[in-house]
Amino acid sequence: MDFLRPASWEEALAAKAEHPTAVPIAGGTDVMVEINFDHRRPEYLLDLNRVADLTEWEVGEDTVRLGASVPYTKIMENLRAELPGLALASHTVASPQIRNRGGVGGNLGTASPAGDAHPALLAAGAEVEVESVRGTRLIPIDAFYTGVKRNALAADELIKSVHIKKADGPQQYSKVGTRNAMVIAVCAFGLALHPETRTVRTGIGSAAPTPVRAKAAEEFLNAALEEGGFWDNGKIITPSVAKQFAELCSGACNPIDDVRGTASYRRHAVGVMARRTLTWTWESYRGARRHTEGAA
Amino acid sequence: MRVNFTVNGRPQEADDVWEGESLLYVLRERLGLPGSKNACEQGECGSCTVRLDGVPVCSCLVAAGQVEGRDVVTVEGLADYAKARSCGTSCGTSLDEAKGWQARGTDSQTGEGTELAPIQQAFIDAGAVQCGFCTPGLLVAADEMLEHNPNPTDADIREALSGNLCRCTGYEKIMDAVRLAAARQGEAV
Ligand SMILES: Cc1cc2nc3c(=O)[nH]c(=O)nc-3n(C[C@H](O)[C@H](O)[C@H](O)COP(=O)(O)OP(=O)(O)OC[C@H]3O[C@@H](n4cnc5c(N)ncnc54)[C@H](O)[C@@H]3O)c2cc1C
Ligand code: FES
Ligand code: FES
Repeated sequence: MDFLRPASWEEALAAKAEHPTAVPIAGGTDVMVEINFDHRRPEYLLDLNRVADLTEWEVGEDTVRLGASVPYTKIMENLRAELPGLALASHTVASPQIRNRGGVGGNLGTASPAGDAHPALLAAGAEVEVESVRGTRLIPIDAFYTGVKRNALAADELIKSVHIKKADGPQQYSKVGTRNAMVIAVCAFGLALHPETRTVRTGIGSAAPTPVRAKAAEEFLNAALEEGGFWDNGKIITPSVAKQFAELCSGACNPIDDVRGTASYRRHAVGVMARRTLTWTWESYRGARRHTEGAA
Repeated sequence: MRVNFTVNGRPQEADDVWEGESLLYVLRERLGLPGSKNACEQGECGSCTVRLDGVPVCSCLVAAGQVEGRDVVTVEGLADYAKARSCGTSCGTSLDEAKGWQARGTDSQTGEGTELAPIQQAFIDAGAVQCGFCTPGLLVAADEMLEHNPNPTDADIREALSGNLCRCTGYEKIMDAVRLAAARQGEAV
C-alpha cells in the first residue's frame, strides 16, 4: 500500500489521474472501518486532510458552496440557518467523535442508501461539483446516486464541493432508529418547503437501492397546495391531502428486509415521517407568515 | 513509512508504520501508550478517543499518515493538558510555556504517583470506574466538553458522551462524575 499526501487540490487531482485506483480518505470514518476489518486493501490511499480548500464553505446569494471535507460538526454549528435540513441530518450522524471527522464528501463517496446527508440534499436541491485533470462538472444531486453504494464519479474524479440551495422556507429531517445516537437509519425522510417557487421537495433514505425523491408525492402536493390557495391563505393542510401525500411517499419506496427492519415497516415508517415532517414544516411556514403579516 | 507528530506535547517519530495502520495502533503498539483502548475498531465505542489538534476523534478511524505534523493528546497527557489550561497566564506559567508543556511519562507507568486531571479525580471520587476499559475515552471526551462548556446540563453531558459506550456502570456514576468535575471547576474559579 502507498500513502499519497497531496498538499493542494491540484496535487490531489494529479495523483488521482496518475493512480485512478487510489482510494481518497477524508474523515476516514468509512474507509478506516473497511481497512481495519480487512474488507478493503487499496493499493493507494489518497489523504485529503492536507487540502485546505476542502474544509471551507462559502455562503453565496442563492447557494452554499460546502467543501467536501467540512465536518458535520461545523455544518451544525455554522450553517443551521442556511441549510436547516442538512444541519438536522448532520446532528443525527453517529456521535460527536464521528461528526468531528466525517463530512458530506465522504457520505457522497460512499453513497450508502442510509447516508444521512442524502435525503437533506435531495430535498434542498443541490449539485455536486466534481473535478479531474480533465475539467470540472456539476452533477445534479438527482443524477448522482447510480446504484447501491454507487455514484456518478469517474475513476479520475474527486468531489470538490456541494452547491446546496439556501433554504427559502422551513426544512425538516426525520430518522427512525433504535436510539438517539450511533444509529444507522432504518429509514429516513427529508422535506423542504420552497415558498419562492411554491414547491415541496423530498428525500428518502434507506428505503430503496439509492436515496430517492418521492416525485409523485411532490407533484401531488404541489398541485393540491396550489389549488387550495394554501401558500397564500396559510390554512392548515387538509388531513386528506396529508394522508395522500404520506401514501405516495410510502409508494416511492422500494425497500428490502434486513437486520435493521422489514420492507413493510420501512414503507409504513416513511409514510408516518412524511406526514409528520409536512405538518412540522407547514406549521412553521404558517407561523412565519403570521409573523410577517403582523409586522406589516 | 515514517510518521512524525506531537503526542502529549512531545515530538514523536514512528517508524515502519504500515500505510493502512490507524493512529490507535501507532499509539498503543509503536509508542507504548496503551491508555487509549481498542475495543471495536469501528468508531462505535469511543474507548480510543483522543484529541487531534484539540478535537475529540476516534483514533481507530484516523489513518496514521493523516497525523503527520499534527498534535495529539491522549489520556496519558490529560493531567498536564488540564493543568496547562487551568493555569494559562495566571499561575506563573506564561502562555508560551503552557503551549510547550510536556507530559512526563510516555509508557504504561504514566500516571503512577503523578497528579491527576480534575476529571480523573472526579471519576474516582464518584465511583465511575469499574472495569475501566471505557474510562480513558470518556475522560478525554468529558474533559473536552468541560473545556468549552463549564456548566453543562444533563442533556449536554449525555450528548457529549453519546459516542462512548460503557458496559459496566450503567452511566449514572459517570454522569455524577462529570457533574462533580463541573461543580469543582466552578468552585475553583
Ligand atoms: C460508528 C459509525 C457510525 C456512523 N453513523 C453514520 C450515520 O448515522 N449516518 C451516516 O450517514 N453515516 C454514518 N457513518 C458513516 C460515515 O461516518 C459517513 O458516511 C461520513 O459522512 C463519511 O465521511 P468521511 O469524511 O469520514 O469519509 P471517508 O471514510 O474518508 O470516505 C468515504 C468514501 O468517500 C470517498 N471520498 C471521501 N472524500 C472524497 C472526495 N473529496 N472525493 C471523492 N471521494 C471521496 C472515499 O474514498 C470513500 O470511498 C458512520 C460511521 C461510523 C464509523
Ligand atoms: S476502538 Fe475506536 S471507537 Fe471503538
Ligand atoms: S467501566 Fe467497564 S466498560 Fe465502563
